[in-house]
Amino acid sequence: MINVPTDQRGLTFLDDVIEETPGGEQIAHCLQCGSCSGSCPNGPDMDYTPRALFALINAGQRDRVLRSNTMWCCVSCYACTTRCPQDIPITDIMYALKRISLREGMATGTDAPALAKTFTGLLDKYGRSFEFGLASRYYLFNKPLSMLKMGPMGLSMFTRGRMSLIPTRIRQLDQLQTIINKAKELGEES
Amino acid sequence: MKYAYYPGCSLERNAGAYDVSTREVAEFLGLSLLEIDDWNCCGATEYFSQDELTAASVVARNLALVAPNLDQVIAPCAACYCNLIKTDRLMSEEPDLGEKVNEALAAGGLHYDAGRVKVRHILDVVYEDVGEQAVRDKVVRPLTGLRVAPYYGCQVVRPITSGDNTEHPTRMDELFTWLGAEVVDYPVKTHCCGGHMTQISEPAAFELIRRLIQNAVDGEADMILCMCPMCQLNLDAYQSRVSSYFHAGFHMPIIYFTQMLGLAFGIDRKKLGFGKELVSVEPVLREKLQPPVEATA
Repeated sequence: MINVPTDQRGLTFLDDVIEETPGGEQIAHCLQCGSCSGSCPNGPDMDYTPRALFALINAGQRDRVLRSNTMWCCVSCYACTTRCPQDIPITDIMYALKRISLREGMATGTDAPALAKTFTGLLDKYGRSFEFGLASRYYLFNKPLSMLKMGPMGLSMFTRGRMSLIPTRIRQLDQLQTIINKAKELGEES
Repeated sequence: MKYAYYPGCSLERNAGAYDVSTREVAEFLGLSLLEIDDWNCCGATEYFSQDELTAASVVARNLALVAPNLDQVIAPCAACYCNLIKTDRLMSEEPDLGEKVNEALAAGGLHYDAGRVKVRHILDVVYEDVGEQAVRDKVVRPLTGLRVAPYYGCQVVRPITSGDNTEHPTRMDELFTWLGAEVVDYPVKTHCCGGHMTQISEPAAFELIRRLIQNAVDGEADMILCMCPMCQLNLDAYQSRVSSYFHAGFHMPIIYFTQMLGLAFGIDRKKLGFGKELVSVEPVLREKLQPPVEATA
């Protein structure tokens, strides 16, 4: 019998993951069949493939899971989810792990959180995404050298009218921001 | 038939060709599209990665803004489509979350009843609501001799399919046989384009893009047809870099399926957004596209 670590409330890491994921209770039924890992386009770049990650979750290996790059390699293609014989909402679990890892300050060693935060920061500010703002800010702060390689492509996009230098703002920005603030407030309460 | 229309941010700019061709094709087919007034970004995959409740609330604002006399919304972008359909379902299946989303919406004077609006993809609307006969009847410029590779990508066929097969969808294949094109067998049709990995880890993304383009080359396709702005961006805008990275010599045009549908219907080419692609489709159209049927008669 493996001793799975618990927190002060007597809950395991598995319990936390289930609580964070709609339909997440299915994860306890993982068969370790590996259909997810075999389906994953980014498996080779992951610290642990999805199957290994689920074994770690079930074994309560909180730190190893939350510090891994696995969920940040997930691009939400849902190939694993539709193929899982146990109906585990794998992509949603990856989202849940990203959120827990961010909350607990364990998301290190990948640029994905920076991209996500830059993206939603622009959404909060303008109501629409802003590709030029996203690309310039994200590259400037995270990989400035890559800006050189991106230059010619950006210029081609610009000359074909596919990229704008100014953001579009929605009309009722106040309304959207009120909704966002309220949602964040409700999220913190629970 | 009337539908609400949610173009999404990509279609405003980067995927402008998808937007104009969708609008043109819809008008031609008698589908009336009413753009959701003052819609906001769906958050792509980036909001759900950080905060589920806020992510769902941001998406739900758009559903709440669908005009009360309409009960269907068309979203051509795969990420928008997936987020709308997923949020609607989350709100029904997780009533606690649904209630909180509505509490957040109420702060902005809005409300959304889960299930009120049916989320549709433009491919499904053409396939189901217009249907084979009506499409065939309207073709004036058959795509005879053109070899196309239909690329479905991820988020329209997964996780929630509207009736097409998740592993092996065929609706775009069928549609293009109605238009007279030769549809090549494209076994990677639902493989991932790498999504935002082009921004995070180029080697990972480049290999996925290479496979998708190489497979179309192997099938002797003249072009890849796509239905997602992210797929189009990754395969088109990154193609020259992927090509030099692998010394592959690619020249594979990546065109929205709605653009080619419009051509087959005889819609003026200038109205369909051609020329915005970085890998030009012009040479292949000049070489292979037949003149309109009336002109030859």
